[in-house]
Amino acid sequence: MNVASLDQLWVYLSGNPLLSLLATLVVFALAVRLNRMLGGTPLVHPVTLSIAILIGLLLAVDMDYATYFEGAQFIHFLLGPATVALAIPLYDHRERVRRLLGPLLLACLVGIVTAVTTTLGLAMALGARPETLMSLAPRSVTSPIAMGIAEQIGGIPSLAAGLVLLTGSIGCALSSAVFRLLGVRDPAVKGFALGLSAHGFGTAHAFARIGAVAGAFSGLAMGLTGLLTAFLLPLITRLFGFGA
Amino acid sequence: MPLIMGMSVLLACQFAGELVARGLTLPIPGPVIGMVILLAGLMVRGRVPDSLRLTGEGLLRYLTLLFVPAGVGLMAHFELIGRDFWPILAALVVSTALTLAVTAWVLDRLSRRRGGQGE
Repeated sequence: MNVASLDQLWVYLSGNPLLSLLATLVVFALAVRLNRMLGGTPLVHPVTLSIAILIGLLLAVDMDYATYFEGAQFIHFLLGPATVALAIPLYDHRERVRRLLGPLLLACLVGIVTAVTTTLGLAMALGARPETLMSLAPRSVTSPIAMGIAEQIGGIPSLAAGLVLLTGSIGCALSSAVFRLLGVRDPAVKGFALGLSAHGFGTAHAFARIGAVAGAFSGLAMGLTGLLTAFLLPLITRLFGFGA
Repeated sequence: MPLIMGMSVLLACQFAGELVARGLTLPIPGPVIGMVILLAGLMVRGRVPDSLRLTGEGLLRYLTLLFVPAGVGLMAHFELIGRDFWPILAALVVSTALTLAVTAWVLDRLSRRRGGQGE
C-alpha cells in the first residue's frame, strides 16, 4: 500500500480551498462556544476571537493571507447578498423608521462629524503619519465604502479596511457599557448608534444580542452613514488642512 | 425551492446594484444600492415573500461569521499598524466610544421628544 508522506499531503491540502473554508467554519463555531462559556461577554466578541485564532493558525503553519482567502472567499462572498437582505428587517419596521426619519438623519450627521473630527484630532495630536490619518478617517464606514473613500483622500485602502474591522470589534465591545452609562434602553436607538459607529459588525451584534428592531435600525444607520460619509469626508478633511 | 428563489432575488438585487454603481461611477458599493432596490421592491409588492424571508433571515442570523475572512486580512497590515500603534489605538477606542455615546444620546433625546417610544 502506498502512503503519501505528510509533507506531500500538506502541500496538497494547503493549496486546496477546502482547508481554509473548513478552518474558518470550525474556528467560528469554537469561538461562539468559547464566548458562551465566558458568559457571552462582548469583550471577546466571537468574530474578534475567530480572527485572532485564525491569524495565529496561519502564522503557525506559515500560510499567507492570499492562500487562505482562496477558500475563505466563499464565505466572504455572502456579505453581498446579506447586505441586500438588510432591506427585509428595514421593511418590517418601516412605520417606525418613517416616523423617526428627521431625528435619524440628524443623529446620523452629528455621529459622522463626531467620528471623523475626534479620530483626526486625536491621531493628529499624537503624531500619526498623514497616510495613516487618511486611512483612519473613514473607519466607521462599512469596509467596501471606506476603501473607496480612503483612496480618494490619499489613504491606504487595504489599511483602511483593516482599521474598519478593528473599529467594528471595539464598537461592539464598548457598546453595552456606553448604553448603560447613558441610560439608553430603546433598542432602535441602540441599533442605530451601533450601525453608525461600528457598521456591519455593529449590525451583526445588534441582530444577535439586541433583536430584530435594533438590527433593522442598525442596517439603516450603516447604509446612511456610508452614503453620507462618502460626500462629507472630503469636505471635513479639507477643513483639517488636507488637500483632498 | 424556496432557498433558491430567495437567493436569486437577493443576488439579482445585488447585481442590479453593482450595475448602477459601476454605470454611474458612484463611490457607493453595489450591495448597498441593492438593499435600496430590494426595499423599493418590497414597498411596491406590499409584503415579504416567504422564500425571501427564509433566505434573508438565514443569512442575517450568521452575519458575524461573514466578516471573519476579511478580518483575518489584518495580518497583512501588522507592520503598518505597528508604526503608528498608539495614535491608532487611541483614536479607535476613544473616538468609537464618543461616536457611540453622541449618536445614542442625540437620537434618544430627539425620539423621546417625538414620542417615538413605547411601541
